[in-house]
Amino acid sequence: MQTITQNLQIIPLNYYLYFCSALFSIGVIGVLIKRNALVILMSIELMINSINLLLAAFSAYNNDPAGQIFVFFIMVVAAAEVAIGLAIIVVIFRTTNSLDIDVLNKLKW
Amino acid sequence: MNLIVTLIPLFPLLGFLILGLGFRHIPKKLTSFIGPGTILISFILSLIVLINIHQFTSSPVHQLFTWISFGNLNIPFAFLIDPLSCLMLLIVTGVGFIIHVYSIGYMHEDQGYNRFFSYMNLFVFSMLLLVMGANYVIMFIGWEGVGLCSYLLIGFWFRNQEFNNAAKKAFIMNRIGDLGFLLGMFLLFITFNSLNYNDIFIQAKNHPVGSGVIIAITLLLFVGAVGKSAQIPLYTWLPDAMAGPTPVSALIHAATMVTAGVYMVARSNILYVLAPPTMLIIGITGMATLLLAGIIAVYQNDIKKILAYSTISQLGYMFVALSFGAFSAAMFHLTTHAFFKALLFLAAGSIIHALGGEQDIRKMGGLKHSMPKTFWTFLIATLAISGIPPLSGFFSKDDILTNILTHSVTFWVFAMLGVMLTAFYMFRLFFLAFWGKFRGTVEKHDNLHESSSMMTIPLIILAVLSAMGGFINIPLIFNGTERLNSFLSPVFADSSSFIHRNYRFTDAYNEVLIMAVPLVFSAIMIILALQRFYIDNKIMNDKIVTGNFFSNLIYRRFYIDEIYDFLFVRPFLWLSKIFYNVVELKFIDRGVNGIGTLVVRMGNTIRYIQTGHVGFYLFIMVFGIIAILLLNILIF
Repeated sequence: MQTITQNLQIIPLNYYLYFCSALFSIGVIGVLIKRNALVILMSIELMINSINLLLAAFSAYNNDPAGQIFVFFIMVVAAAEVAIGLAIIVVIFRTTNSLDIDVLNKLKW
Repeated sequence: MNLIVTLIPLFPLLGFLILGLGFRHIPKKLTSFIGPGTILISFILSLIVLINIHQFTSSPVHQLFTWISFGNLNIPFAFLIDPLSCLMLLIVTGVGFIIHVYSIGYMHEDQGYNRFFSYMNLFVFSMLLLVMGANYVIMFIGWEGVGLCSYLLIGFWFRNQEFNNAAKKAFIMNRIGDLGFLLGMFLLFITFNSLNYNDIFIQAKNHPVGSGVIIAITLLLFVGAVGKSAQIPLYTWLPDAMAGPTPVSALIHAATMVTAGVYMVARSNILYVLAPPTMLIIGITGMATLLLAGIIAVYQNDIKKILAYSTISQLGYMFVALSFGAFSAAMFHLTTHAFFKALLFLAAGSIIHALGGEQDIRKMGGLKHSMPKTFWTFLIATLAISGIPPLSGFFSKDDILTNILTHSVTFWVFAMLGVMLTAFYMFRLFFLAFWGKFRGTVEKHDNLHESSSMMTIPLIILAVLSAMGGFINIPLIFNGTERLNSFLSPVFADSSSFIHRNYRFTDAYNEVLIMAVPLVFSAIMIILALQRFYIDNKIMNDKIVTGNFFSNLIYRRFYIDEIYDFLFVRPFLWLSKIFYNVVELKFIDRGVNGIGTLVVRMGNTIRYIQTGHVGFYLFIMVFGIIAILLLNILIF
């Protein structure tokens, strides 16, 4: 184990930080700008993945396995969330025959 | 024995609660037992207390429970049994019981029969609290309670708006007096640190005669008495209070409630003898009331109003007696007055019943043939009030007059005027109502009947009391024992040393002469009344009365009601209108409605946030999270 983490620690932690921040920002922008419901779901997944990567990186650099265990939990939650999200999108498609989120604007003043 | 003292006010209270809560369900026959029955039990218990009165001299105060105990302020709920309160207990329960029995007959056809007896029981309960209280606060509870019952009973036939107005007038004028009473109580507490009679009266002896604080206290308490006992200037409610049923007038406005002021002054006798200026004011007020009410009564045509003004006048008498330190003479007159005034009112009620509601004496006449029992009892009462021996009124009036003469001849002369007026207007009433020819309609004449025995037996009992009641205090020159004076003397013992008499009668001859003078003048006035109203048959119709300036002034009761209306009622109503139109409508309503409008407008603006656009919601969510994170970094 020691050698794997030692090898991993050759890459400075900052690089992981920058990379995950970039991924997270792309995910956030995707959620805010895109109108396709499926693309929004994919952006959310992107955000989750960036967090997973960051957690694993921190765990490797601090020699603490707790981070990686937490990644497992997050993956489970992500899977469940995607299942439900896709089910909702299927129902919406059946009723409105469109994947555009701008169609869903009836619950307003 | 303490249990008996607790039970005395308890039974009327129970009667009130039972009849008040169940007045729709209790049948009239049962009410006829419960209503008077509770008062009868209280009367019997009061008799037991009287028989055992010597047991109470060592421990007169009987405490039921600690009521208010707050730092310096300690007001126990306690009763005081001494000769004075015992006398009042007997009067209230005794005369009260007789009037309750009379009411069974008088109110028999009334729809509010149960309600009437529940109010009457509440009244007796409040009056008992008033006379039995061991401190000024318990007295004040009773004081307010009788004022309330006065309102409830005067406005008993509440569907008539005029009766309601009369009830409001009585209550409001009473309340004005109560303000004085309350202020007096506050001053009492500040000065003596206690409101219990015993504490105050023992401490009061340390004050010098004429100390400013005592004068202020006694004046304020007297303001309360002026309101309650209908003296000048707060007397105009009592003639209007005749709107209530006649038993109410008899009980409340003749025998008991109006005597509460006299009782209060008699109870606080040590305070009053320490304040000679207040005594002077009481004397002047009492004398002015005595004469004013007597003069007005001469020209009245409603039988109950004549009796009302007569009550005001006799109360003036009692206050004059109190003002000269003749406390037990005043209490004696209170007792005899209760007997004959209640009798007068009940007999008047009997007449009104027989005439189907007619109260104008110009439409009466010749009733002595159709209502013999009422006639004879009314005669006894009228003789008693005019002070003819050997009836009770003679002894009590004489006691007062002799006491007045030993202090001041001027007051005695005015009191003599009062005696003459009393004899004149009472016999005017008597002759116009009972003698001569009947002046009403033919159908009323055919309906004339003597009242049922439920109503005449109380009249007979009261007539016996009016006739024999004077024998409880026969003066010494008649070889009497002055029982009542010696009975009450422990209560007034402390104050007797402060009373200075100017004259003293050296022999019995002078005393008999002094007694004969009022008698002679009363007899002259009776003969005058006989001449004018029976032989000459001068009925005062409106034209004769309003022609002459003075007689018009007196007939319109000196326009005092109109003056009060102009000086007090109208400005108050004007102020009330301003408060409504300006303050209420423009400020308060706008404020309260404005808050509601504000909420609605805010809602109208904020609702636009809910756009329904999912992208907008997502944006706000992200924005919010970033804002929280930033705040977190900034603050911590």
